[in-house]
Amino acid sequence: MADIVLDKVTKKYPDGTTAVHEVDLEIADGEFIILVGPSGCGKSTTLNMIAGLEDISSGELRIGGQRVNEKQPKDRDIAMVFQSYALYPNMTVGENMAFPLRLAKMDKALIKQKVDEAARVLELTEYLDRKPANLSGGQRQRVAMGRAIVRSPKAFLMDEPLSNLDAKLRVQMRTQVSRLQKQLNTTTVYVTHDQTEAMTLGDRVVVMRGGYIQQLGDPQTLYDNPVNLFVAGFIGSPSMNFLAATVEESVLRTPLGDLPLGDRMRSALSGADAPRELIVGIRPEHFEDAALIEEHQRAKGFEFTMPVDLVESMGSDKYVYFTVEGERAAAADLEDLTADAGGADLPPQDNLVTRLSAESRVRDGVDARVWMNLDKIHLFDPRNGHNITLHEGKAAGVSAA
Amino acid sequence: MAVATTSAKVKWGLLDAVVVVFALIPVLWIASLSFKTPATLTDGNFIPREWTFENYKLIFQTDQFVRALINSIGIALISTLIAVVLGTMAAYAISRLDFPGKQLLVGVSLLIAMFPQVSLVSPLFNIERNTGLFDTWPGLILPYITFALPLAIYTLSAFFKQIPWDLEKAAKMDGATQGEAFRKVIAPLAAPGVFTTAILVFIFCWNDFLFAISLTSTERSRTVPVALSFFTGASQFEDPTGAISAAAVVITIPIILFVLFFQKRIVAGLTSGAVKG
Amino acid sequence: MSVSSTTPASSAAADAEQQAIPKQRGRRKRVELSEGKKQERKLGWLLCAPAAIVMVAVTAYPILYSFWLSLQRYDLKFPDEREFVWFSNYVTVLTNGYWWTAFGVTMLITVVSVVVELVLGMGLAIIMHRTLVGRGLVRTSALIPYGIVTVVAAFSWRYAWTPGTGYLANLLAPDGAPLTERASALGIIILAEIWKTTPFMALLLMAGLALVPDDLLKAASMDGATWWQRFTKVMLPVMKPAILVALLFRTLDALRVFDNIYVLTNGANETSSVSMIAYNNLIKGLNLGIGSTMSVLIFLTVAIIAFVFVKLFGTAAPGSDEGKR
Repeated sequence: MADIVLDKVTKKYPDGTTAVHEVDLEIADGEFIILVGPSGCGKSTTLNMIAGLEDISSGELRIGGQRVNEKQPKDRDIAMVFQSYALYPNMTVGENMAFPLRLAKMDKALIKQKVDEAARVLELTEYLDRKPANLSGGQRQRVAMGRAIVRSPKAFLMDEPLSNLDAKLRVQMRTQVSRLQKQLNTTTVYVTHDQTEAMTLGDRVVVMRGGYIQQLGDPQTLYDNPVNLFVAGFIGSPSMNFLAATVEESVLRTPLGDLPLGDRMRSALSGADAPRELIVGIRPEHFEDAALIEEHQRAKGFEFTMPVDLVESMGSDKYVYFTVEGERAAAADLEDLTADAGGADLPPQDNLVTRLSAESRVRDGVDARVWMNLDKIHLFDPRNGHNITLHEGKAAGVSAA
Repeated sequence: MAVATTSAKVKWGLLDAVVVVFALIPVLWIASLSFKTPATLTDGNFIPREWTFENYKLIFQTDQFVRALINSIGIALISTLIAVVLGTMAAYAISRLDFPGKQLLVGVSLLIAMFPQVSLVSPLFNIERNTGLFDTWPGLILPYITFALPLAIYTLSAFFKQIPWDLEKAAKMDGATQGEAFRKVIAPLAAPGVFTTAILVFIFCWNDFLFAISLTSTERSRTVPVALSFFTGASQFEDPTGAISAAAVVITIPIILFVLFFQKRIVAGLTSGAVKG
Repeated sequence: MSVSSTTPASSAAADAEQQAIPKQRGRRKRVELSEGKKQERKLGWLLCAPAAIVMVAVTAYPILYSFWLSLQRYDLKFPDEREFVWFSNYVTVLTNGYWWTAFGVTMLITVVSVVVELVLGMGLAIIMHRTLVGRGLVRTSALIPYGIVTVVAAFSWRYAWTPGTGYLANLLAPDGAPLTERASALGIIILAEIWKTTPFMALLLMAGLALVPDDLLKAASMDGATWWQRFTKVMLPVMKPAILVALLFRTLDALRVFDNIYVLTNGANETSSVSMIAYNNLIKGLNLGIGSTMSVLIFLTVAIIAFVFVKLFGTAAPGSDEGKR
C-alpha cells in the first residue's frame, strides 16, 4: 500500500497534441479516487501513465514516495483491471488469477492458497477450472478483479471496469467494488466516463476535460459547488438546466421571467468586470409544483407558469419537461458537453427538466405553475464558464484552464 | 433472412453443385489419366475403361521422380519453417510494438508481394552461378523465403491484431516482461494463426515453378513441378502422359489433405491477411 | 436506404483519419524515453531485422544488379564479348516485335482473366458466404484450385485439349488441335488461369462481403430494394476496399503468368508472355544482357501499374492502414 503523487505530470504526443497538462494530484494511502470526464479528456492516459503503460513526457510520478517514471509496469507493483477484463483466454479462471503470482515465482502452495482465498471472496470458487469464454460478463469481471487482488499490490488501477456490464449488473458490481476497496483498504484509481459511478464510488472525484483537471473534490462538493459550466453540466443526472440571462436594473431577465436579484447574486455581480450577459444554472430538483410549496418557502423562490410538454412518472417523483422559448444559453463549455452526449445526459437546450414531487397533479399539455428555489441557482460567466456565485473558500478546486 | 425454404435450399444446392463440379473436374481428369493403361490412354474417355497402378509403380521406380519429391518436400518444409519463424517475429513487432521504420517494413513487404518474380530470375541466376548456390537447395530456399515472407507477415499481423492488446498490457501489469508477455500470453493465442500461415506458405513453396526451373539444372535440387515438365517416360519413345499424371496426382495429395482438414483455417488466413492488408 | 449505405464509408474515412495520427508517432523525436520504450524500440528492430534483411538482400540488390547487367552486352555463350553498351539493349528489346507481341499477350491475358474472375469470383464469394446448404463442401472444393500446383492443373488442361487423349479436344472443332491455334490456345490459357485463381479472388471478396452487416441488407429490403439494388447500392459500396485489394493483387499476379503457358503451349504460336520470353532469353538463350533488360522492363511495368492502382484508390490499398497499435 502506498500513496500516489502526480507532480506536474504531462503527456505530450509527437504530433504536438498534449493529452494531459501538468496534472497535480495527491492520492492518499488507501484512498479511492475517481478520474471522470468525457472521452478524450485524458483520464485514461493519466491512468496509463500511472500504470507505466505510457511514457510520462514531463513531471514526476511517485508511488510510495519513490519516483517511478522510468520503472516498467512490472516493477511498480500495481494491479490493473481493464474494461475488456483482458482475461487470458487460454488459461482457466484459476490460472488467470495465479498468473501474476507465478510470474513473481511464488511458491506453488502459497499461490494456491492465495487464489483460493481470492476466489472465495469473489464467489468464484466453483468456476476455478473454467475458461473465461464459458463465463458470464459479471463472472469475468470478478475474475479480472480477482487477478488484481491476489497479489496484494500497492495500488489498484481500474479502467472503466464496469462499462461492459448491463445496467443492473453494473449497479450490483458497483457496490461490490466499493465494499472490496473498503475491506482491502488499498489505494485505488478508478477511471470512468459515467458520472453516477464517479459520484457513488469515490472518496474524491477528479473531473477532467481536454487534459486539464477541472475540479477536484468529494462528490457532494462537486455537485453543490461546481466551479464551472462544464462540471455543473457533467455531474448530475438529469443534468443541470442552463438558461441565457441578462442583468437588467435589479432583475435578471430569463426566458422564465424576470428573477429578482437576491443578496447572493448581487454580491456576485458587484465586481467591476462582472458580465451583463449570464448563464443561469439550476438543477431539476430545485423546482417544485407551486401548489405544494409551503407559504414560508414561497418567498425564497420564483414562480412561473408554462405549458407542460411531457410528464414522466418515476414513482418516487415526477420528471416534468417544458419547452423554453427565446435565446439559448451559449458557451464553449456547453458545446463541449453537448459534443459528448455519452458522458452527460444533457437535454436539448430549449428543454427545461424539472423534478417535482410525486403528489404533483401536473398533466401533459396543460399549463403548470412551477416554483424554483432561487437560493440554489448558479450564475456562470459565458465568456469563460466560471461559476461566479461560488463562495470564496468553497471552491475546493481551481479551474486550470 | 427468411426461413430456409425447400426451394431456396434446392437453388443453393444447385449452385453449390456447379462450383464443386467445376473445381473438381480437372483434378479428377488428371487422376483418371493416371489410372489408365497405355492402351486406353488415348481413348479420350473421362473415366478409365481399364484401371491400373502401373504408372505409380513406374514413377516411384525412377530416381528422377523420387529425388524430385524429396527435393520438393525438403525445400518446401525448410523454407516454410524459416519464413514462418522470421515472419512471426516481424509480424509481432508490426502489430504490437511501436518503433521507427515499421511503416517502411510494411511497405517493403507489400512491394515484394507485388514483385514480378521473373525480374529476379536473371540477376539471381547470375548471382547464384557465381556464388555456387545455383542448383542447390539453399539456392531455391532463399527466394522462396523472400516471397513467402510478405504473405507470412500479412497473415500473421492480421491474426496478431485479433489478439486483444489489453492482454499484453495486463500481462505487463501482472509482472511480466515484454518477452514473458509474448511467450506466456501471446504465443499460445497466436499458435493457430502461425499454423495456418505455415500451411499457406507451404502451399506457396510447393507450387513454385518459375524459380525451380530457372535456378536448377539437375536432379540435385529439381522439384516435382519442374521434373514433371522434363518427364520423358521410361524410354525415349514411351508416352509420358500416364507417368506425368501419376506424379501430378502424388504432389496434389498433400494439397487435398490440407484443404480437407484445414479448410476453415485456410479461408480465415487468406481472407484476414489480404483484406486487413 | 442511401443514407444507411453511406454510414460504413464515412466510418472508414474516420478510421483513415485516426490512423494518420499514429503514423507520425513512429517518426517522432523523443526527448526522453523510459526504459520500457527503449526496450520496445530495440525489440521491434531486433524482431524485424532478419525478415527485412532477407527480403532486401534477395530483391533490392538483385534488381539493382539486374539493371547493371541490362546495360551490358552479356551473352554467356560469348563471354568474351561482354561490353558496356548503355541503353542499347533497351533499344533492341523495345524495337523488337516479339517483345511487343508478348507484351500484348500478357496484357490480354491479364485484362480478360481479371475481369472474368471478378465477375465469377463475386458469384462464388456470394455462394460461399450465403449458401444455405453444404457451405463446408463448397468452400473446400473451391480451395482445391487455389491450392493445387499450377503445373499440375496446366497438365490436366493440356491433356484435356490434346487430340486423342482429351475429353475436350473435339469441343471446338472435330479433329482440331486447339492448343496449336493461337486464338484457341490463348483462350485455353486464360481459362486455365481463371480456373486456378478465381477461388483466391472469391476469398478476398468474401472477406469484404463479411463486412456487410446483415441488418443493412434487411433494412434495404424493408425499404423496398430489389436483390440487384441491394447488391449494387448496399453491398458493393461497403465492399469497395476489398474489391480494390483483390483487383490489385490479381492484376499484378496475372502479369506474371508463366507456368500455364510453359506447360500448355510452351509459347508456341505467339502465345508467350513477357515472363516466358524473359525466361527464354535468359535460361535457354543464356543472354544475360537482354534477359536482364526484359526483367527491368517487366519490373517497371508492374511498378507503374501498382503505382496507378494505389494513386487511383488511395487509402484503399493494402498497407496504408498499418501503423495502428
